[in-house]
Amino acid sequence: MRKTEIPSIENLGHGHLACAGCGAAVSMRLTLKALGEKTVMVIPASCWSIIPGSWPYSSLRIPVVHAGFVTGGATASGIRAALNIRGDYETLVAVWAGDGGTFDIGLQALSGAAERNEDFIYICNDNEGYMNTGTQRSSATPMFAWTTTTPVMQPKENPKKDIMAIMADHQIPYAATATIAYPEDFLRKMKKAMKIRGTRFIHLLSPCPPGWKIPSELTIKISRLAVRSRVFPLYEIENGISYTLQEESHVVPVKEYLKLQGRFSHLTDSEIEVIQENVGRARERLMKKAGD
Amino acid sequence: MKKVITGNQAVAYGVILSRVDVISAYPITPQTTIVEELSELIASGRLKTIFLKVESEHSAMAALIGASTGGVRCFTATSSHGLAYMHEMLHWASGARLPIVLVNVNRAIGPPWNIWSDQSDSLSQRDTGWIQLYCENNQEVLDTILQAYRIAESVKLPVMVVLDAYVLSHTSEAVEIPTMEEVDPFLPPYCPEYPIDTQEPMAFSVITTPEYFLEFRYKIQKAMEQVPEVAKKVDDEFRSRFSRGYGAIERYGKKEAEILLMTSGTVTGTSRIVIQKLIEKGVSVAGIKIKRFRPFPSEEIYEEIKGAKKLAVIDRNLSAGVGGIFAQELRASLYSRGERPQVFGFISGLGGRDITPELIEEAVRYTWEHPQPEEEILWLGLKK
Repeated sequence: MRKTEIPSIENLGHGHLACAGCGAAVSMRLTLKALGEKTVMVIPASCWSIIPGSWPYSSLRIPVVHAGFVTGGATASGIRAALNIRGDYETLVAVWAGDGGTFDIGLQALSGAAERNEDFIYICNDNEGYMNTGTQRSSATPMFAWTTTTPVMQPKENPKKDIMAIMADHQIPYAATATIAYPEDFLRKMKKAMKIRGTRFIHLLSPCPPGWKIPSELTIKISRLAVRSRVFPLYEIENGISYTLQEESHVVPVKEYLKLQGRFSHLTDSEIEVIQENVGRARERLMKKAGD
Repeated sequence: MKKVITGNQAVAYGVILSRVDVISAYPITPQTTIVEELSELIASGRLKTIFLKVESEHSAMAALIGASTGGVRCFTATSSHGLAYMHEMLHWASGARLPIVLVNVNRAIGPPWNIWSDQSDSLSQRDTGWIQLYCENNQEVLDTILQAYRIAESVKLPVMVVLDAYVLSHTSEAVEIPTMEEVDPFLPPYCPEYPIDTQEPMAFSVITTPEYFLEFRYKIQKAMEQVPEVAKKVDDEFRSRFSRGYGAIERYGKKEAEILLMTSGTVTGTSRIVIQKLIEKGVSVAGIKIKRFRPFPSEEIYEEIKGAKKLAVIDRNLSAGVGGIFAQELRASLYSRGERPQVFGFISGLGGRDITPELIEEAVRYTWEHPQPEEEILWLGLKK
């Protein structure tokens, strides 16, 4: 049996407030293992504004700057500038934002920071909706999914925004996708990102049991099926042009991924077919960009 | 050294002399020459300052919130729609107790589009927990920035320094520019109490339950209550070092007057001349310049208005449905007092229309001739 390469350090303390089976809790735990103590984390409004606990407590063992919803990219730019003025080029600045704070309301500040190639790692904890406010649709919500603002009689009509393409077109030095069913892969990408200066972007898929209507014990399984169904392919982009795709050997139809989730339980076979076709087209587009 | 410079150049000198570490700003008329001047100075290598050229005013303030939490001295400048766009982050800066200094060049807010001076932008932000200081001339602009950092860093609240568009921002005046050697002992480097430190990790702006939130706001109010004393000490020290001082308010004109004319910003400069002329003509009038709007100088004003029968206030702003904001604040601050002179609330000069000596004289004469105002809002120079 292969020995795990996951560091034993724990910078997520006991007593956090995440839901049972929360993908974002596993994501944060792994993120902190990768980043280590010499890190400042900016958290714009998201589930993780609440999860660490309320004043005067925090379950995160690194400095955390909670920030306005819109401001991940901007607040991190300011902290980096202050550390540089203080002569501290070593301390890493990381942003932990949700998909709302990245794809939607925070996109402008993130784009501005990425265009300036600000020196930080931006982690988008993507749970495909406004889960902290009770599961409303975001532009990261997949097509046809149920949310409280896209009820089953009128589910989301549009496909998920391609945030990786947007970030790649800013020509930032590094962008990668990752998810918690593949922790070694995620940590490898984090380590790689930490060796680079400039804006680095990690798109991290974190299943959300209450928002996706999944049993809490299926979080990791669904994270794995997201990759195997090619709904969420794992890949890296360097300098906006150099793509590295990770081929999945156990490819499954999207139905395998969708059928476990209550948010898709209303789907008809023809709608599932449309999703399957969209996944195929997205893959073609990605392969084309990768030059394969 | 004396130099003939614009108000916006005076801002840039104030920033340099304050040894600001991080600037973050987004261009907007009529603030732009401030950021241009600062960009030139940084590019020339004269400043070690980092200038974050962000994509919006919202991000400008957010970046400074990050930098100030990081423990360094911060500056931004904006106007009008830019300040309005920052609104959420203005609350954040004061709530997080960050001593950021912001210069706002007073400009009307559209629509209709208008790039000229009035105070509706800064006064719309009166409840954001920022100290607000209004300036009459370019010298005062430079001096107020130096004082602002001392006050902000002492009470841990942000300060907004306000100057009129064009009348100051783009108009040249002779300004005495102190040397760095003169300013350094007055304004020592910023020593934050709780900067970000990975050796001693802390969480900033953590969610706070109803059990504690009220106390956080109470502390901000207490900090605001310290401002009059702190600002006076800073102003006194400034006066002893540079032979110039301003106070929270300034009374000028007749020693004992029946009418007091209250103004802020550049209207005061014009009022000084008008009042002198009217005194010579036998009108019993004096002027009060209001420099500090937040915290509102109720005590200082009350001390100065004793004996006056009527107060005329010229507001270059409008809170639609109520009237002028300075007049409103004044009425509120007088309500609990024993002596309550009649308040005449004039509105004039919105969207940059000149508040001429003639209009100011009209306001004083109206107040002189009427036992009480015929209307709640008295419009000066309104085309009917």
